[in-house]
Amino acid sequence: MIKFNANDGILYALVAMVLVVVVAQSLFFFINAWKRAKETNMDMDILKKVVITSTVFTILPAISILLGVISLSKFLGLPLPWLRLSVIGSLTYELTAATTAAATVAASVSKTVTDPSVYSRIAWAMTIGSIFPLILVPLFSEKIQKGVSKIKTKDSKWGEAFIAALFLGMISAFLGVVFATVSTGLSGWIPVFVLLASAAVMACCGLIIKATKAKWLENFALPLSMIGAMAFSIFITNLIG
Amino acid sequence: MKRDYNQSTHFWGRIWILGAMAAMLAFPLVVSLHYGAWPQIPSLMKALLGIIPIFWTVAVIEVFTYSPMLGPGGTYLAFVTGNISNLKLPCALNAMENAKVKPGCEEADIISTISIATSSIVTTVIISVGVLMLVQIAPIINSPTLKPAFDNILPALFGGLAIAYIKSNWKIAAAPIIFMVVLFILIPSLARSVGILVPVGSLISILFARLLYKKGLL
Repeated sequence: MIKFNANDGILYALVAMVLVVVVAQSLFFFINAWKRAKETNMDMDILKKVVITSTVFTILPAISILLGVISLSKFLGLPLPWLRLSVIGSLTYELTAATTAAATVAASVSKTVTDPSVYSRIAWAMTIGSIFPLILVPLFSEKIQKGVSKIKTKDSKWGEAFIAALFLGMISAFLGVVFATVSTGLSGWIPVFVLLASAAVMACCGLIIKATKAKWLENFALPLSMIGAMAFSIFITNLIG
Repeated sequence: MKRDYNQSTHFWGRIWILGAMAAMLAFPLVVSLHYGAWPQIPSLMKALLGIIPIFWTVAVIEVFTYSPMLGPGGTYLAFVTGNISNLKLPCALNAMENAKVKPGCEEADIISTISIATSSIVTTVIISVGVLMLVQIAPIINSPTLKPAFDNILPALFGGLAIAYIKSNWKIAAAPIIFMVVLFILIPSLARSVGILVPVGSLISILFARLLYKKGLL
């Protein structure tokens, strides 16, 4: 049997192959959408702004995902967490999947896996566990789109309210979860203070845009509110944490 | 027969998603073949029984809740590249909000697709550079000084996003937000299942919006 290493070169090669496919898909959709925008005479300046804003917006969450890769790498080596958090995955689910699979063979998540059969089982479990959306999307995406169009065609005002409600429902769950630690004392309120700081920076940006007509700021308001709130979290944690 | 943009998105989306699925399955397959280490079916099943009930339920919820907001192009991309609720969806919605378009039309789909494609490429580049330069980068981003900042990335993201959306839809937002805040304060352990609560929030929100709409208050 070939000697196993969770950071083996072949595993990095496999990750590289998958990432090439994913980046190629992103480029393919990007180019197609860009071409369609040109055909329909969309304002190309808006699209350029979308690219800049999306790039700036992505940097901090991507670093946070990188932290997830690093934390899982202590247990699984780098290639598997790198793959799982770059394709489909998110840290919460991948950590759960890895620890659940490890628990079935009583493997410790604090040590790097050295047994290839344990590693293989974890890799299969993480992959099968996360692959379901890739079956659902091709089956239902078109039907969902038709359903939404039907609602909008029937009653456009209600259609817009429906989409807004769908999004606000999602946002309400993520706002609510910020309050989950408040019963643990003052330090449990830190996420709430960070949330409020982020909202305050966003509101200030809105006021500045209104007062100075600084349209460019619209594209950077959300990244700025995120950075401001993250900086505030360091301050508030040192103060009361 | 020439396909229009929408048909072409679904056609190519399905092909790319099947390709991504094959590429993903290649990882455990090659690991098993290369090291001669196939998982024993009973123990794999045991692991999957602990994962699938939650993961697959969340997958159904996410596909049906997020697809109408992402549009078809964005959906095919976002579900392959992942990190939807903490990155791709806020990124796409922010782009649509800035461009003053509402989800559900072709213009919004184009903007969502470009935003998610950009975000996916940037994420892949950042994670790849981070992994390749791990020795240099890890001490900085793992430093105790920066830890609170990364621990609080979700409230930092959703605070700003919430303000942008609540200000124009505060009547619809009130009921689901109050419900969720009270629910999480009363049952903090639900924080682990936030994905499952997303459709609950959406359902409350839709019902409340319908009520307001029927009464002519929207």
